[in-house]
Amino acid sequence: MDRIVKIYTTPTCPYCIMVKQFLKDNNIDFENIDVSSDQLAAEEMMQKSGQMGVPVLDVNGEVIIGFDKEAIIRALGI
Amino acid sequence: MIYDLIIIGAGPAGITASVYAARKKIDFLVISKDIGGQAALSGDVENYTGYQFITGSDLALKFQEHMNSFGIKVNMPERTRGLRLEGNNLIRIITDRDSYLSRSVIIATGKRPHRLDVEGEEAFRNKGVTYCATCDGPIFKTKRVAVIGGGNSGLDAALQMLKISPMVYIINATSQLTGDAVMIERLKQSPNVEIWNNSQVRRVYGDVFVKGIEVEREGKLYPIDVEGVFVEIGLIPNSEFADILTRNEQEEIIVDCYNKTNLEGIFAAGDVTNVPEKQIIVACGEGAKACLSASRYLSTHKF
Repeated sequence: MDRIVKIYTTPTCPYCIMVKQFLKDNNIDFENIDVSSDQLAAEEMMQKSGQMGVPVLDVNGEVIIGFDKEAIIRALGI
Repeated sequence: MIYDLIIIGAGPAGITASVYAARKKIDFLVISKDIGGQAALSGDVENYTGYQFITGSDLALKFQEHMNSFGIKVNMPERTRGLRLEGNNLIRIITDRDSYLSRSVIIATGKRPHRLDVEGEEAFRNKGVTYCATCDGPIFKTKRVAVIGGGNSGLDAALQMLKISPMVYIINATSQLTGDAVMIERLKQSPNVEIWNNSQVRRVYGDVFVKGIEVEREGKLYPIDVEGVFVEIGLIPNSEFADILTRNEQEEIIVDCYNKTNLEGIFAAGDVTNVPEKQIIVACGEGAKACLSASRYLSTHKF
């Protein structure tokens, strides 16, 4: 299945590290967007998720806020 | 299946306990909502022996690596909801997804941030209101922010934000800041900070996101335009599920110097307990002690 997984993170956020590790453990390719160094990406994340907390995961347009393991598993179909 | 030990929580205390348990080859399980606990959310750590400087998230990663080197199993994210005593000195642990039986338990669930309890706080949670400056701070780059609280965690958040934010307001309830002198000194050298002593936040307002806060000082209300509100007014223990244990007025689990609670086989360690100093290094030491006590308990009791 083709899917595009983007994750909006900051380098210092532990939940971001956990999500990234979880994706790696499950062999999921993802694009990591560091919102601390990219103001436009930060705005994009706020628009998409309607909030300002990280991490935010975008799986083919489905937005998941925080390290919500079950929602991530559902969205990825793993 | 009956475990010999279940460790609840994987912050500094729980992780250290798990390393000791693995080395003692105890049959055990770790249940936690996250890994690293509050340590992972700390900014700069300069008082953990062996590291002159390390960030909280890096230190938490080191802890995690140490734990992983033993292949320790962590059920995560999983929240513990209750504890019950069963026959034959067994303890039942009820979580949001399962229920377990164990001969002994170490509670190392730490603390979580205290809420302001004002209008708008919940509505704007993650829409400008945050409880983790380390995680969300960078998103407020170029935005004016308020840090609520003048203790160490408040000053830590303020110092972090001063580097990237045009204006940082510190709203402090007491007559002067209570954090470490070193930090206060660093703050005073910054041009973009304004300290409001004897002040209380009464309301958080905005539209989709936060636009400002209303602050009361000496009986008068002042609006302050900010887009970020960092709440750093102290912590409350994650001890609600442990209502069968004796706790103090702050709801901390009371332990003796062997980390024993009032119930046989149940031990507690770290910030969730009444042990006076809440420090990463103290929590680690307490976790080690708790595991050694649990191990002694397991070897001297019949089940």
